[in-house]
Amino acid sequence: MDALDLARIQFAANISFHILFPTITIALGWFLLFFKLRFLKTKDEKWMQIYGFWVKVFALTFAMGVVSGITMSFQFGTNWPGFMKTVGNIAGPLLAYEVLTAFFLEATFLGVMLFGRQRVSERMHTLATFLVAFGTTMSAVWILVLNSWMQTPVGFEMINGQAHATNWLAIIFNPSFPYRFVHMMLASGLTASFLIAGLSAYRYLRGERSAAVLAALRSGIFVAATLIPIQIFVGDMHGLNTLEHQPAKVAAMEGVWQTERGAPALIFAIPNEKEKRNDYAIGIPKLASFILTHDINGEIKGLNEFEGKHPPVAPVFWGFRIMVGMGMLMLAVSWLSCWQLRKKGMLKSWLARVLVAMSFAGWVATLAGWYVTEIGRQPYLVYGVLLTKDAASATAAPIIGLSLGMYLTLYVVLIISYISVLFYMARNANKKFTPIAIEESQI
Amino acid sequence: MNDLLPLIFLGLMAFAMLIYVVLDGYDLGVGILLRRAEDSEKDRMIASIGPFWDANETWLVLGVGILLVAFPVAHGIILGGLYLPVTFMLMGLILRGVAFDFRVKAHANHKHLWNKAFYGGSLLAAFSQGFMLGIYILGFEYTLTHTIFAIFIGLSLVAAYALLGACWLLLKTEGKLFRRAARWAYGSLWLTGLGIAAVSIATPLVSTRIFEKWFALPELLWLLPIPALTAVCFFTCERQLKKLSTGLHEKIWLPFACAISLFVLAFIGLGYSLFPYLVVDKLRYDQAASAPESLFIMFIGISITLPAILFYTAYSYRVFWGKATDLSYD
Repeated sequence: MDALDLARIQFAANISFHILFPTITIALGWFLLFFKLRFLKTKDEKWMQIYGFWVKVFALTFAMGVVSGITMSFQFGTNWPGFMKTVGNIAGPLLAYEVLTAFFLEATFLGVMLFGRQRVSERMHTLATFLVAFGTTMSAVWILVLNSWMQTPVGFEMINGQAHATNWLAIIFNPSFPYRFVHMMLASGLTASFLIAGLSAYRYLRGERSAAVLAALRSGIFVAATLIPIQIFVGDMHGLNTLEHQPAKVAAMEGVWQTERGAPALIFAIPNEKEKRNDYAIGIPKLASFILTHDINGEIKGLNEFEGKHPPVAPVFWGFRIMVGMGMLMLAVSWLSCWQLRKKGMLKSWLARVLVAMSFAGWVATLAGWYVTEIGRQPYLVYGVLLTKDAASATAAPIIGLSLGMYLTLYVVLIISYISVLFYMARNANKKFTPIAIEESQI
Repeated sequence: MNDLLPLIFLGLMAFAMLIYVVLDGYDLGVGILLRRAEDSEKDRMIASIGPFWDANETWLVLGVGILLVAFPVAHGIILGGLYLPVTFMLMGLILRGVAFDFRVKAHANHKHLWNKAFYGGSLLAAFSQGFMLGIYILGFEYTLTHTIFAIFIGLSLVAAYALLGACWLLLKTEGKLFRRAARWAYGSLWLTGLGIAAVSIATPLVSTRIFEKWFALPELLWLLPIPALTAVCFFTCERQLKKLSTGLHEKIWLPFACAISLFVLAFIGLGYSLFPYLVVDKLRYDQAASAPESLFIMFIGISITLPAILFYTAYSYRVFWGKATDLSYD
């Protein structure tokens, strides 16, 4: 493997690891605010118990996000100097605004939110909770502005090989930003709600039937059941937007090698990059054309039209199917859970087990979706403007290999620790709610 | 205005880096000292930095962020030249940041492992930062002499952070831990002094330009207050720490103030040596700057947000003012 491949794998590893945690905290922040407001309204202690448990999950998840995010701010220079050299005039201010309007806000008020309830007024504590949620959301806004601009760059001119901004509003509200932002926010909402539902179902299965556990379970399930149909709808719109601006990506997602009318929606296939066709394809006739053009005989441009300028097909093709499949599963499980809760007031234990298994379903769908959009942008780093290979650093392959090995080892250890500690916390959550357990309540 | 913008951003970057070094310096320092503490003291020590460390590390993101966005060419050269030490620093920061949360949330049997990770991560991050400073000053060469020098700077920065951490603990703790903190600070102070002296001697020797900047009249007279004040701070700190280690409990803020002053003075001296270069004698800040229209749009953002950030940072320190109590989520 050469240095470019290693640098790409390293960046993919770092950003994949990083994105797991903001995906939870962005929506979990708003969940915390919801729990807090419910408590203020009803004065029912159960909401503070839920808050007390999930604020600890938030603290741990936030810490994982902060430290893995610091890595990102160094990566640009160490591995991709060509990125900032070419589009730094645009990426720079967007990143700066993220640090200035989001990072400090969330990090500072996190302290007050976590440890300050005895030291500030109830109102101030609620405000701190709001500011943390607001800060995490603002950071998502700015980073998605930048990412969307890399997908659909507008509002700039190239002077001597460097991008110069001509219209900041056009850059911020670039064509794919609104879709990507809503899609990502909903993905975060689903990730957090399935995590809440999953860990609550785990406690439920272990025999905990306190009002707090049931209320958390219900909150997670109802939010998931509400968000998933909206997400499917928004995802479809996002796909149409991609078709308009990045047809090569859609061709790879659908596995369309030659431009065709009435293209089928493939359920299964093994894209064969060498022979430029799909092996073992099973599909529903004309459905892809219908979804993408709203006409069963609509034309879909094939990969043949983007010779040398389209992404590798298999990962995009499969990433898309994993994401959509996960979405369908989320729809089925959340609605079924909803129905059981409404009808019988409780969950069958097999369904609770499914929810536990799906605690991190949001991660799978989110990562798969990101691979579709990021690998789908290749071979470009900034679509149509900068090739990924032109942005790489001159760092030698063995050195990148060494750093990559270190990162991967650390990440595997941390992911395992994170997931097992979350379940450990769920098993011991009850002890932590009793005020006498002083040692347990520290930090 | 357009000509001034690169200079303004250079100043802002220096400001962010200085704040970072002082703020994350004390919490990294507490991590470095953790190994020396008894188990019963560890929780209290970590509680003293609990509400702050996230925000402290954000200053690093801002400092490196300004380097990235305002001087992108320099960002590539500097971080490319420091590739491995940067990787080690990030490993350290990741490890300690997560250990902070894991140590109290994981199974109690694993707590000592996470304590070790917290200590090891803090040590690795601090050492790597010092090592990076050494290599940076000497122009990114990895010869034996240069590496030995960088290792020495790495160890000095570990000591300097331990000094800040111990002085922070003086403000935040009482009783036995307070007296131990005073002794830790005393030991760290001497190594810190050696480190400052080493950087001060090495930088003029590396570059004749820097040598001439310092050792010429009348500049030398203007510059004399820097070493003079450094000496004053050093010995004031030394005397006060001696008193405090006997258990005396007055002017407890003085060592922390002196330690911060030492950092500020060293920082000013280094800044004076390097200016106007971002990469020693190779790349000036104005050669590396982004386009003026991009700097301007960031300048607007910074003018509004930085005062707000400073304001609510001060607010957060006020909320958690005084001796640290056991942190509680309730």
